Amino acid sequence: MSVFSPATRDRFERLAASYPQPRSALVPMLLYAQDELGYLPPEAIAEIAALLGETELGVREVIGYYSMLRTAPAGRYHVQVCTNISCMLRGGEEILAHCQRRLGIHNRQTTPDGMFSIEEVECIGACAWAPALQVNYDFHQELDPAKVDEILEKYRRQG
Amino acid sequence: MAERPAYPAAHPAEVRVVSQRFGDPRAATLAGYLDTGGYQALGKALGLNGGEAMAPEAIIEEVKKSSLRGRGGAGFPTGLKWSFIPKGGDKPKYVLCNADESEPGTCKDRLILEHDPFAIIEGITIAGRAIGAQRGFIYIRGEYRYVLDIMQRALAEAYAAGYLGANIRGSGFSFDILAHTGAGAYECGEESALMESLEGKRGIPRLKPPFPALSGLYGCPTVINNVETLASVPPIILRGGDWFLNIGLPKNGGPRLFSLSGQVRNRGVYELPLGFPLRRLIEEIGGGVLGGGLKAVVPGGSSTPIFTAEEALGLNLDYDSVGKAGSFLGSGGVVVINDRTCMVRFALRVMQFYRHESCGWCVPCREGTNWLQLALTRFHRGDGRPEDVDLFTDVAQNILGRTLCPLGDAAAMPILSIVRKFRSEFEDHLHGRPCPFAAESSAVPVA
Repeated sequence: MSVFSPATRDRFERLAASYPQPRSALVPMLLYAQDELGYLPPEAIAEIAALLGETELGVREVIGYYSMLRTAPAGRYHVQVCTNISCMLRGGEEILAHCQRRLGIHNRQTTPDGMFSIEEVECIGACAWAPALQVNYDFHQELDPAKVDEILEKYRRQG
Repeated sequence: MAERPAYPAAHPAEVRVVSQRFGDPRAATLAGYLDTGGYQALGKALGLNGGEAMAPEAIIEEVKKSSLRGRGGAGFPTGLKWSFIPKGGDKPKYVLCNADESEPGTCKDRLILEHDPFAIIEGITIAGRAIGAQRGFIYIRGEYRYVLDIMQRALAEAYAAGYLGANIRGSGFSFDILAHTGAGAYECGEESALMESLEGKRGIPRLKPPFPALSGLYGCPTVINNVETLASVPPIILRGGDWFLNIGLPKNGGPRLFSLSGQVRNRGVYELPLGFPLRRLIEEIGGGVLGGGLKAVVPGGSSTPIFTAEEALGLNLDYDSVGKAGSFLGSGGVVVINDRTCMVRFALRVMQFYRHESCGWCVPCREGTNWLQLALTRFHRGDGRPEDVDLFTDVAQNILGRTLCPLGDAAAMPILSIVRKFRSEFEDHLHGRPCPFAAESSAVPVA
């Protein structure tokens, strides 16, 4: 029994075959697995390890290195606020504080309904359009508190 | 509901080469790319348009002539890098496109990947032809998912039309490219860490030598170049190395993209000839400093030593001028800082980043960035001791040059320059004024 959808399982098999060495597919597979499941539960780690002929420990060692990979669930909408220099100089820290107030949670916490989580992140490559944040993979740029409220409200309504 | 930065019309001072198709919707499809002069350079290199194919050595020679230097950070001459790849041999060779753009202050590769994906594919293919490789990889940072989607669509179109795969357009040359996602790690922008990551491991840097030209991905000869570097290759092959060289300065060929950010009015990504005065970038193109006077400028991403206002306004933006002035052109990430910004707080934020990103492999970097962040936090809070200021310098000096990869230097250099050039602000924090700018936020709000 696979923990992944048949499409994802197929994709993983194709991915492993598309590199000179199958292990090269590990990091993309972990990220795509997380996209589907929301995080990397032990069953997913075991299945990916088996697929690539690696040990579970070896896979966990890799997961621990990459900041986007997580072994516990986050909110359905993971709000990642950049506070690095270009954002900081344009109010990124205030945007982070505003998100925390608005959602009633601290950095690296999830709202009780599981809808939102917050993470302070390093440079996301939106420096010229700072301050910026990402909700999951979507960029939102040139923020002010009112714009942040609108964005969060849109996601909330989306459910 | 993601937003894409709209692309404005060129400023009159810009010379758009790599950014020639920015904002042009035609560049999103292969047909549109062909309509706008795309694949003519590969056609010339492979002799697809009736002419004779260029010898691989001739391609490298043209790139050498252009004085194209790496646009990722180190500024190494691209043609020379390619020429280090041994000829022949039985190991496969690889071209890696480093699209792990993560240097704070840098947001230009994202635009090339988004606005002109085929130019990157064409550049990688030409590089592959030049060094005798049959495979390339584009390593895209995990946060740039929409960019990965764009690249994968472009690759599929290029394959379908025979611009990739076996026997490209009947030339006899075969080449494959795969777009690969990272999963969050600044360190993976370092070439050997990127290779480890692409091999499915933690992105720990390798001891060099051997250099990638001899032993890179899977232990095979490998050329690794930044996105912008590779996107510069098709125009160079098409219009000649001399043409490109003459846009810039001797040994500093071409224009390059500058990401202008921070406390400046017209932020953006601008393609300017190398040697362009920083004063004009800030005042004329940038429209001046926002929220106060100019205090400092980071010239090439957060790891490059900082300039005071006075130093910055006399500076020309080419590798050699910035190098002579004691810093680096780096990734072209120019960060403008106004005179209401607390430099202790700025130094602390920079150190917070490097501590977070240190992979922990080398002790000086792992321990040094951690202690510097702790000490700077205490110091900025108002609990500093007089000896701290020299301690910052001492710890940074003990990271500098003592690590396998440049991340250690990247952490040490900014702090050394900030303490040296803005020492009085550190002393202010000691003398009962915890933060000279604490009363008002230094951040300039948008709008």
